[in-house]
Amino acid sequence: MRPVRFNIHPKKADIHNNIAITEMPEGMQGEGYFATSFEKVIGLARKNSIWPLPFATSCCGIEFMATMGSHYDLARFGSERMGFTPRQCDLLMVMGTISKKMAPILRQVYLQMAEPRWVLSVGACASSGGIFDTYSVLQGIDQVIPVDVYVPGCPPRPEAILDGVLKIQELVHNESLRRRNGEHYKALLGSYGIE
Amino acid sequence: MALTSEIIKQRLTDKFGDQVTGFEEPYGMFTFEAPKELNLKVLQFLFDDNELKFRFLTDLCAVHYPGQPGRELAVVYHLHNLVDNIRIRFKVFTGIEQPDVFTATQLFSTANWMERETYDFFGVNFVGHPNLKRILNVDEMDYFPLRKEFPLEDQSRIDKDDEMFGRGGSIL
Repeated sequence: MRPVRFNIHPKKADIHNNIAITEMPEGMQGEGYFATSFEKVIGLARKNSIWPLPFATSCCGIEFMATMGSHYDLARFGSERMGFTPRQCDLLMVMGTISKKMAPILRQVYLQMAEPRWVLSVGACASSGGIFDTYSVLQGIDQVIPVDVYVPGCPPRPEAILDGVLKIQELVHNESLRRRNGEHYKALLGSYGIE
Repeated sequence: MALTSEIIKQRLTDKFGDQVTGFEEPYGMFTFEAPKELNLKVLQFLFDDNELKFRFLTDLCAVHYPGQPGRELAVVYHLHNLVDNIRIRFKVFTGIEQPDVFTATQLFSTANWMERETYDFFGVNFVGHPNLKRILNVDEMDYFPLRKEFPLEDQSRIDKDDEMFGRGGSIL
């Protein structure tokens, strides 16, 4: 007979101290009202509901699957919902080797995303070509699209990918609402030939 | 009677005389070469002959030998006799200045993509091929990457530390 090893002393789920609640933005408050700047509220909302678009081509994609799984659970950070259409997504996660032949496709996926959009480059191959120092492999996706955060590793562990997503959240949170209309941003896109 | 290398060699020399040369058997695989003008005749003979029956093209590829002036590029055909289960290797050599070789697509349909691949990587010009364009690399590529004058690494990049890749730098 197999001994019973699970749930001998069942514990009641602690749902009160287990829910992550984000901190309140700075502002004026009193009884019945709270006033803060638009930018902070939007940053807060965007930060905690990023829709990632996974662009996984190789082993980093496997690590990403673990990141999405219940153990590491990217959903804890509000990125529960993978969108497999660029039109609705905020964050392009590029994981794996991008060959030169695939570069135009990656670029097209980026162009199809609506502003504001962010790009996370996961792993050595996406960031720099990695070990594939050869004629057929794109030497880093930043040759075709602008990248916000790079995650090093070959492949990076799920913790590292989570760390990258948190860095993206930081960027999203602190981004000025006017940034995407600014000259600096236009010049950045212009340097990639994007209107 | 089982088909042996001696029989294949005999049949070939009976038909083509001293045009077929370079008989050898590296790792037990019968290998020979012929002038590139004869490649279709030899393939057709190997295909049609009732004893040889090499009717399956397993592989077609090229090799670049930069040290052999006038015969830098070898086009290698791997042929299979499915009845006796025997494989042979057939080579033709061509100069790199004018790498024209007749296409085998009329004889083997499978040669279509293989010849495109060989063209893609070595620039062998298969005369008479119905659709000779790049198959694996980007269309904009203006060189043939597996020729040996092209270095393995991507020369366009500037951010990698050569020392980390065992070339140049202080460790050589």
